[in-house]
Amino acid sequence: MSWLETFRTGVNGVRSHRLRSALTVLGILIGIAAVILTVGLGEGAQGQVTSEITALGSNVLTISPGSSTSSTGIRQALGTASTLTLSDVSALANPTVAPDIKAVAPITSSSETLTAGTSTWTTSVQGSTPTWLTVRGRNLAQGRFIDNQDVADHAAVTVLGATTASELFRGIDPVGQTVDVNGVPLTVVGVLTSTGSSSSSSSTTDPDDLSVIPISTGAERIFGGTSRNSVSSIAVQARSSGDLTAAYQEADHLLLQLHGITTPTNADFTITSEQSLISTATSVDRTLTILLAGVAGISLLVGGIGVMNIMLVSVTERIREIGLRKALGATPRVIRRQFLVEASVLGLIGGALGALLGIIGATFLPGVVGDPITISPTAMAGALVVALAIGIAFGVYPASRAAHLAPIDALRNE
Amino acid sequence: MTSPTYGAPLPETPDGVVIELERVTKVYRTGSIAVAALRGVSLTITQGEYVAVIGPSGSGKSTLMHILGCLDTPTSGAYHLAGENVSIMSETALAEVRNMRIGFVFQQFNLLASMLAWQNVELPLVYAGVPRAERKERAMEALARVGLAGRVNHRPGELSGGQQQRVAVARALVTEPDLILADEPTGNLDSVSAADVLRLMDELHQAGRTLVLITHDAEVASASGRVLGIRDGLLTENDDRYLESIR
Repeated sequence: MSWLETFRTGVNGVRSHRLRSALTVLGILIGIAAVILTVGLGEGAQGQVTSEITALGSNVLTISPGSSTSSTGIRQALGTASTLTLSDVSALANPTVAPDIKAVAPITSSSETLTAGTSTWTTSVQGSTPTWLTVRGRNLAQGRFIDNQDVADHAAVTVLGATTASELFRGIDPVGQTVDVNGVPLTVVGVLTSTGSSSSSSSTTDPDDLSVIPISTGAERIFGGTSRNSVSSIAVQARSSGDLTAAYQEADHLLLQLHGITTPTNADFTITSEQSLISTATSVDRTLTILLAGVAGISLLVGGIGVMNIMLVSVTERIREIGLRKALGATPRVIRRQFLVEASVLGLIGGALGALLGIIGATFLPGVVGDPITISPTAMAGALVVALAIGIAFGVYPASRAAHLAPIDALRNE
Repeated sequence: MTSPTYGAPLPETPDGVVIELERVTKVYRTGSIAVAALRGVSLTITQGEYVAVIGPSGSGKSTLMHILGCLDTPTSGAYHLAGENVSIMSETALAEVRNMRIGFVFQQFNLLASMLAWQNVELPLVYAGVPRAERKERAMEALARVGLAGRVNHRPGELSGGQQQRVAVARALVTEPDLILADEPTGNLDSVSAADVLRLMDELHQAGRTLVLITHDAEVASASGRVLGIRDGLLTENDDRYLESIR
């Protein structure tokens, strides 16, 4: 008996027990759809985090102060020292000393409460220079950014992030309005374009919730701080992402020299790249995806056991049919193949419908849960192969039971 | 009748002997208890014979039928079917023998409910690897032979008991087997349908087929040319007193 005939017989077997076949298929279908959706959800989240961090600028290095050591000799957390100064910034900005560095932006920051009329809003106030805009890769929605004149004049001006602007000035044009920070009235001169990635990512702080002021204004009038020359961090932009390593080495070398440190392990600063953030974030997401896919995989396994259960019931129920087929000349091998084909057809139909449900889910679910779902053709093909494999794997035992039934026992059954 | 066109050519039956049983026994073991269902049966049936085996339940006639039909193998003794020793064959080889040499007619008809009449009839040819078009043609011929040309596209559920049994006879005929083995073929039929099926058997006998009919009904057995009695696992032939006793 040819494979084609076996296939035809198997498909007929599935078709002649429609309800039972449909219920079996349902088990596989749900499992496959769950796997496709969870993997898609994970991949979508990974893609989103990567693109969000890339938007920050993948050719940007952040230099943070090192740990400070208290008078009792206890080393404190990274960033507690105020070892970075404005002279470090001007040295890094010198193209002869650091040719691979395109732009440098010093940042001083503090969490402050902003007041505009009756509304108040606590946000991150960042003192910086005009280069902040390009180094951070941001754009203006309206107005202008702080300029060199503002820095020179210690001007009482600020540029607000999109979230901050909408929280303080609901429906009012913020440009030209005044906000009070620590009793200092600041004129809003511009609003930044929203990055569009604020709502979904709860793990990182909202990049649209901030207020940028001239660094000199911050040091002299807002933050008060200990040293007027120290900065919280320095953002360094390399000429391109390919020059990032060179820019890193130049900045590292220059700062060690400026700070008079001979052994690099004693450095009082740390340089991090956005790349390292990406890999951390994606590895967290990957762990989550594996966990979810594991849960979905278990539901697939349950679906597979469903196939086995139904096939066993089917063998018992069709014991007369099997006996008759054997009496008419079906060899054990042919009977085994018939039941294997039935199981794999069930698996394959479940896989195909599950993949379809996965696509439908990926189209409509993001509107409900707010997270993107990426369905890759690889995941799709994988799901089909897995469904087929489950059909076969869980069909083997029932099929071999059917194959080894003695024809007389099968025919005798009333 | 022409010989089958599929598979390996069947060896010529020597001196027209279809069935040859030599001191065949069958012992069933259930735990430590052994029950001898057949206690040394010897039997020769030649080409074109119409033989009835008659016996009450428990006489061993079902066991004899299973062995004659190659559905079971003897515990000892030899069974030659059309010259081949089938008592030493593997399960796969026996499946082929059943497919090519034996046509079965069962008491329960044993038709597949989901298939049309002609699809039921072509089933043995599917296992024999006969091409589709030829299968359908031969199934149609066999159904016409049993007088069901107008019912080929009906499912078993849409046919009367007598018609279902005639479909089963067509299925037994379709492979042109050496032997047609009928196990209580009239057991589930009313007297009119039963007479109908027995008439069909008689026609097949007239056409030169070898038929073995197994029954507990002496009236049914009397339709055949040769009646064998079976009792306690042993055959008796031409034993009118025994036949009289079970009438």
